[in-house]
Amino acid sequence: MLKRVHFPPSILPYLLVAPQVAITLIFFIWPAAEALYQSFLIEDAFGLSTEFVWFENFDALFKDPQYTGAFLRTAFFSGAVAFLSLSLAIVLAGFADRVVRGATVYRTLLIWPYAIAPVLAGALWAFMFNPTLGIISYALEFINVDWNYKVNGRQAMALVIMAAAWKQVAYNFLFYLAAMQSIPKSVIEAAAIDGAGPIRRFWTIIFPLVSPTTFFLLVINAVYAFFDTFGIIDAVTQGGPANATTILVYKVYNDGFVGLDLGGSAAQSVILMALVIAMTVVQFRFIEKKVEY
Amino acid sequence: MASLTLKDLYKSYGNTEVLHGISGEIQDGEFVVIVGPSGCGKSTLLRMIAGLEIISAGEVYIGDRKVNDLEPADRDIAMVFQNYALYPHMSVRQNMAYGLKIRGISKKEINRRVEEAADILEIREYLDRKPRQLSGGQRQRVAMGRAIVREPEVFLFDEPLSNLDAKLRVQMRLEIRKLQQRLGVTAVYVTHDQVEAMTLGDRLMVLNAGYVEQFGTPLELYERPASLFVAGFIGSPAMNFLEAKGQPDGMLQLENGVVISGAKSEGPVTLGMRPEHLIEDTEGPIRIEVSVLEQLGANTLIHGTLEGTEREMVASLPGIHQLEPGRVLGFLIRPDELHQFDSKTGKRL
Ligand SMILES: Nc1ncnc2c1ncn2[C@@H]1O[C@H](COP(=O)(O)OP(=O)(O)OP(=O)(O)O)[C@@H](O)[C@H]1O
Ligand SMILES: [Mg+2]
Repeated sequence: MLKRVHFPPSILPYLLVAPQVAITLIFFIWPAAEALYQSFLIEDAFGLSTEFVWFENFDALFKDPQYTGAFLRTAFFSGAVAFLSLSLAIVLAGFADRVVRGATVYRTLLIWPYAIAPVLAGALWAFMFNPTLGIISYALEFINVDWNYKVNGRQAMALVIMAAAWKQVAYNFLFYLAAMQSIPKSVIEAAAIDGAGPIRRFWTIIFPLVSPTTFFLLVINAVYAFFDTFGIIDAVTQGGPANATTILVYKVYNDGFVGLDLGGSAAQSVILMALVIAMTVVQFRFIEKKVEY
Repeated sequence: MASLTLKDLYKSYGNTEVLHGISGEIQDGEFVVIVGPSGCGKSTLLRMIAGLEIISAGEVYIGDRKVNDLEPADRDIAMVFQNYALYPHMSVRQNMAYGLKIRGISKKEINRRVEEAADILEIREYLDRKPRQLSGGQRQRVAMGRAIVREPEVFLFDEPLSNLDAKLRVQMRLEIRKLQQRLGVTAVYVTHDQVEAMTLGDRLMVLNAGYVEQFGTPLELYERPASLFVAGFIGSPAMNFLEAKGQPDGMLQLENGVVISGAKSEGPVTLGMRPEHLIEDTEGPIRIEVSVLEQLGANTLIHGTLEGTEREMVASLPGIHQLEPGRVLGFLIRPDELHQFDSKTGKRL
């Protein structure tokens, strides 16, 4: 049993947390409540009258094949981004863990992408892959790849996945490197003496031992792909061509600010909110439990 | 099983050389202990044999195979690490089977070997546990088991007992020795503990600052230490050292002017006398002024100074003695138990 310590009532603690509470209220709770409220309204095309419709907006969303399409697309996009950036990061960390000399240079170079704003990262990739000007498009021509992500939806998706994954590699790399360096060197050496080559050591020793990190990063990366990739998509494809890269966050923006369907857009953002809350809960649950090995 | 040959091994890290030409032959089935103070290069030497460190110069042979350029896996060795280095995510059984699986040994044979090793080491009931569910001593056994099942040519141990408590250490020490004799495998064992070294080793390689001081049986090291370093390192309580001068008439003049017989050369020498070799004798020329007694039951350690000097001396007398501080006792020493070393080089005379 914990003993309770009683302090005389004082307003100091309330004063101390007040700024944080104010910020949360103004920048999070208020807009969230507003969105929730909006999601129950339908506004006519001219913005002249609004009607309270309960769950009609949500109902319409789930009946809209565009929306369910965006849902699946987002799932695919997040999965691909997480998989690509995690696998790249773990391979790079595996090498960095073995390198002794020049490790700092190598690490610094790898960490740079993380410091770049999403929009800039998007612009960078858009530029490299620009169908007419891009250096990579130019190179692709030589191997007879007909590259034009502005008309080819699959190529557009591939491009935003690469851009989004690239930006996240640095972050994942740092976590993986730290996890690998906390594995005692002698465990790896024992495996080497037992006859395991580098690749086998990686799969049978290192990979299982960093699995808690993998799980943690999986959630982080999924959240990132769901929410933080707006800038990249906006800079590279604006959701196109033909909605091929319109993921949920982008659709919220597009329907609300371009299509001016405020009620529908608000309903979408409420769903996203529910998703992020769910993911956070999952993450905290598992981090507290720790993955057993 | 195989012999192990070290030929003039050097090791440098960058510009610092830490091993300066180590040579030695280890016979098939022999148990050799590498012993020396912390930082003298014991682990480095062992890891070079294992293939975990690059050999800067020199050669290592296992049997008549030169193994310098072989991967650790191809050297047919097994190693027990100080921190055990068990695979934390695998059960005890999987830990022991790991190396066998990689070598493509059949499931049946793997099971047979794992269970046999588990019986020898009495860890059968823990086979399905994870390492973190074991005590230090049990982990130690699993680490040994992992080495045994491989049936290697050479066993390497790097201070495998230093994380255990004193009692368990003594017990495991005996078990390791029994096990090695039973398997008849060549073993190289690193420790900084001279008692462990003396009790375990067929032969001891005493290392000091990257040089071999002496390589011989425990008795050779005890009876004829090749240098001041070995003399001081082997034996407990440690040997007494005193400065003396060899006289032309074959006598040795001690620091307090007293002379004893047995000079081997003229000029300054360092004398070494083991506490247990000092024989009490009222007429004895080596006179010690008693300061403190340590009663060990079977014998008594007498701490004091050489009469008329500040030179600290220890003598060990069998049985129980009661002496008041300040008393002066006389001691004798047999000439063959009086060690003499060159004061400058530290080499035995
Ligand atoms: N990777 C390294 N880089 C540079 N110097 C090293 C390296 N590893 C060991 N040394 C040096 O080599 C010397 C021998 O080290 P080693 O680990 O072999 O000592 P040891 O005899 O095993 O000591 P201990 O009993 O403390 O384990 C030490 O002086 C150490 O500082
Ligand atoms: Mg060591």
